Amino acid sequence: MDGEEDLGSAGVPGVADDDYVRGEGPLVVEYADLECPYCAKAHELIRDLPIRRVFRHFPVVSKHPRSRLLAHAAEAAARQDRFWDLHDSLMADQAHLEDPHLWARCRELGIDLERFEADRRSTEAAERVVRDFRAGIRAGVVTTPTLFVDGLAHPGVPGPELLARLSG
Amino acid sequence: MIESGTTAPDFTLADQDGDEVSLSHLKGQTSVLVFYPLDFSPVCTSQLNVYQEVLPELAERGAKLYGISVDSAFAHKAFQESLGVSIPLLADFNPKGEVAKAYGVYIEERGHSERALVMIGPDLEVKWSYRAPTPLEVPGANLIFDALEPVAPR
Repeated sequence: MDGEEDLGSAGVPGVADDDYVRGEGPLVVEYADLECPYCAKAHELIRDLPIRRVFRHFPVVSKHPRSRLLAHAAEAAARQDRFWDLHDSLMADQAHLEDPHLWARCRELGIDLERFEADRRSTEAAERVVRDFRAGIRAGVVTTPTLFVDGLAHPGVPGPELLARLSG
Repeated sequence: MIESGTTAPDFTLADQDGDEVSLSHLKGQTSVLVFYPLDFSPVCTSQLNVYQEVLPELAERGAKLYGISVDSAFAHKAFQESLGVSIPLLADFNPKGEVAKAYGVYIEERGHSERALVMIGPDLEVKWSYRAPTPLEVPGANLIFDALEPVAPR
């Protein structure tokens, strides 16, 4: 059986229409936690590389209590086509993650706050985050960030070798 | 390392609260012993955190996880709190590494166990075991689900 409930091994899903994708170049699929400082470091290192970057949610709540909530917030921003804007804002400053901070970020980014508040509590946002997380578990993700390049997992902050390879 | 089909070696170890957990306590449930090198080493931090996230799904399949390392119950308590996980941690502390040795996953020259998973069935027979190629490589939770699922023989 390979149903919804299955958490057994499976390859990393290919790029879907509703994935968050940016850039052009070799495909890098990233499983990350928006409250994770190592993810922020990785973001800084790969941000300007010539890669086609796909972001997938992997909130590890026991480690980062607000990570799931932040993932839902990013989903709400995505409903207004502002996923990467909020993502970049969170990655740039992980010291301000409480609700008033999120509202301030929204105002700064021009995100409609009323819609944002409704959307981040929606079933759709929750389901999307669970979908990404489960796919990560099935692909063997055990740490954040984990970058998949050519289907191969690179756990942790990317090292010089991988960065050099991705630099083209 | 111990292989599937063998009877699980007996043990009695203190958990992070100093309460004794014996193999006989695991009778009637599916248990996964998660052998890891040491408390507070960065790699196992994320391993137990990620496993914690799928505890409900493991429970649905009737499986319970136990972490085991050579650290003391007191260190386990602090480690468990710092991780924010509820997975019980068993202290293979005195005689040091005795259970890891019995399960064939002790690294003598390093004084700690390898990173390994041992699934014990309700009948206390080893159902599945896995040893990471190196202690730096962390087995994904997917491997546990693979072993739990009633699939056709490989």
